[in-house]
Amino acid sequence: MASKLLNHCHLRALCSTHVFSPRFPHPTRATLTLLHFRPFSDAPSSPPPEKPQSYNNTRNDIGMEKGPTQTPSSLKELELVKFASIAETWWDSEGPFKPLHVMNPTRLAFIRSTLCRHFRKDPNSSRPFEGLKIVDVGCGGGILSEPLARMGAAVTGVDAVEKNIKIARLHADLDPVTSTIEYCCTTAERLVEEERKFDAVISLEVIEHVADPAEFCKSLAALTIPDGATVISTINRSMRAYATAIIGAEYILHWLPKGTHQWSSFLTPEELVLILERANITVKELAGFVYNPFTRRWSLSDDISVNFISFGTKNAQ
Amino acid sequence: MNRVIARKLAANVSRLKVRQEYFCTDAAARVSGFYRGQSSQEHKEKNDFANNIQQYDIAIVGGGMVGMALACSLASMPLTKHLNVAIIDGNPALGSRVSLNKGDPPDARVSTVTPATISLFKDVGAWQYIEQNRHAYFDKMQVWDYTGLGYTRYNARDINKEVLGCVVENKVLHDSLLSCIETSDFQKTFHPSRLTSMTLHPSSSSMGMDSTLLKTPSSSLGHLAKLELSDGKSIFAKLVVGADGGKSRVRELAGFKTTGWNYSQDAVICTVEHSVENQCAWQRFLPAGPIALLPMGNNFSNIVWTMNPKEAMNRKLMNEDDFVKDTNAALDYGYGPHPKSSLLEMGDMFSWLRGDVTLSATEGFEVPPKVVKLASERMVFPLSLKHANDYASKHVVLIGDAAHTVHPLAGQGVNMGFGDALALSRVIAEGIAVGIDIGEVTMLKKYEEERKRENIMMMAILDGFQKAYSVDFGPLNLLRAAVLHGANYISPLKRNIISYASGDQRLPLFS
Repeated sequence: MASKLLNHCHLRALCSTHVFSPRFPHPTRATLTLLHFRPFSDAPSSPPPEKPQSYNNTRNDIGMEKGPTQTPSSLKELELVKFASIAETWWDSEGPFKPLHVMNPTRLAFIRSTLCRHFRKDPNSSRPFEGLKIVDVGCGGGILSEPLARMGAAVTGVDAVEKNIKIARLHADLDPVTSTIEYCCTTAERLVEEERKFDAVISLEVIEHVADPAEFCKSLAALTIPDGATVISTINRSMRAYATAIIGAEYILHWLPKGTHQWSSFLTPEELVLILERANITVKELAGFVYNPFTRRWSLSDDISVNFISFGTKNAQ
Repeated sequence: MNRVIARKLAANVSRLKVRQEYFCTDAAARVSGFYRGQSSQEHKEKNDFANNIQQYDIAIVGGGMVGMALACSLASMPLTKHLNVAIIDGNPALGSRVSLNKGDPPDARVSTVTPATISLFKDVGAWQYIEQNRHAYFDKMQVWDYTGLGYTRYNARDINKEVLGCVVENKVLHDSLLSCIETSDFQKTFHPSRLTSMTLHPSSSSMGMDSTLLKTPSSSLGHLAKLELSDGKSIFAKLVVGADGGKSRVRELAGFKTTGWNYSQDAVICTVEHSVENQCAWQRFLPAGPIALLPMGNNFSNIVWTMNPKEAMNRKLMNEDDFVKDTNAALDYGYGPHPKSSLLEMGDMFSWLRGDVTLSATEGFEVPPKVVKLASERMVFPLSLKHANDYASKHVVLIGDAAHTVHPLAGQGVNMGFGDALALSRVIAEGIAVGIDIGEVTMLKKYEEERKRENIMMMAILDGFQKAYSVDFGPLNLLRAAVLHGANYISPLKRNIISYASGDQRLPLFS
């Protein structure tokens, strides 16, 4: 696998000679193999743990139930506990994550169009991301990772909540196309320590839950190859966002559990552009998401006053 | 990396490769001919390896006009043409293509296809086959009623179109779609079999952390629907499409409820011959229901005549000369006089409303060409209206008559079905564009929302027409005459009525 990846790097003439290998032993490999049983998979002879990752290397030091993490992280403990409690409902399209399911096609449409343009991929292809390595930071149950894999990308999904990763793994294994996703319970910081690099780094609806957005952006930038892409979406710190995303979505419509968002941790687009700039990422495109209550659909718009998404590229050093 | 992916794909494809279906009929053999070049032995081994499981992206149950239209539409779009599709139809007629001979009298089962449907057929590349066979465009339409109080003439020029529609035999429509799918390199497999049972696997949410389910070898099929066929085969698909008509088995097995009623009316359908060519679509409202005379080319026309079941039985059994006589009466002086031209004063009632008088309003009332001979058997169909309360749930979706059955009044039934097929294939393409699993219910609900609104609107209009014209009551007669008459004179209103009837997707009055 490592050689395949190297090969791929050569093909793209982009980088870099580092090779990843599993650095940690796998005490639960047996269970994993069971869960990975896939009659239709591409490589029945080679067991999945060949993947250049260690599924459980962080389970004991980052696992939520174990209390405070010992590794430096930009994450907030409270936020993690909050998400662990509703993790099982990730794939219930009528459950607590319904707003994300409804919003998903719209944010994917933005990612598809910006990445196709940037990486010069054929927008008429059903798998335009073939050949791209993408990391989904804060992947949750995998509702973004799976579509990215169906679009052809080699996807790594990371989340600090172990329960999320378990759900994501189980769900992805249902479909041979998505079972190729590499899920790790880890953080962006730890991936940086492992010197992982990706063509595109995507982190949606995550930055408003981290303790130090500037540090977080630096980590995302460190994971991106030069001239690679970074996509971030979040909620604006505007009065309208307070009214709609907190009062509306949490208290009136009950779309989201109360306390999902803290208005004071929201970032304005200006702040986001600035901290990305400091992390060596130039924001090229910004778009807003607007919700139409009559059609009950989200669409892309230039109104960035509530939900917005940014596409940036990493400056070549 | 690319090589690796290519190898992976090849491995996947060959393992999933479906068993070949050989039919005894020549047409079906031509269909499966695509696979002939490859070694069937190799396939067999692969299949045995995969434990004879046949896995598809989409299983279309029902290979009729609407089901085939969906297949053609999927085959024609860049984002969906890679899909692997199974078409399940127990009707052996799907394989054995009727030999179409232009000299034969036309079949009585015809459809009036709208410009919207024509453009769908052109987009998928099927219209060229229709043009090689019998079809009849018409650019004029006259609607009147037996009370002699009002009439209206529609002309394609009123809505800046070349034609109002085209009358095509159902077998020609179906054959053109089959030819179209045969000539494409779309991966499809025909299963000449019926659907006996269907298991829509538990949704992933309810699955939760249930590891017992996931430890079974079938776990990778956990996201698929399983179909069992009458020939004993089982196939798996991400999405099951019910295109199996008004008595849909898919609808029944998926547990979709329907709303509807019978009209206690039957339609008598047949082909007739004139001594001159008919170039206009005619519809006259009679006390028992409407009679429609649709041009079919070569001096032929099609008749759809609605009446109560007893009368229908009589007219089916009466001798041919009497039937021709009855038909001519129903299209001329029978039941009441021709609409008088003196009714112009009624038009004046609307003069304050009228903007520009449309051209055809000045055309006078005409009498349809006389029927000289019956040219086919007479068939009787009961009329009913049925609408599925839902069109979609996880892994399953309904299109065409499986979702909605209507009165054949304006020939809209199959057009609604073609509209469904197009909308569904677009929604699937949009889903694939953003990497959504094609069995995902949120995506399918988008199709449902879009089509339900359209179809209910059309059904309400047709049902309203049916109700308004099945009551013989003086003031109501006057009212509908006024509506017909008003429609003839108030051009924007009339334009909207025709463009709605010809498939432009707009609300008739609020656009």
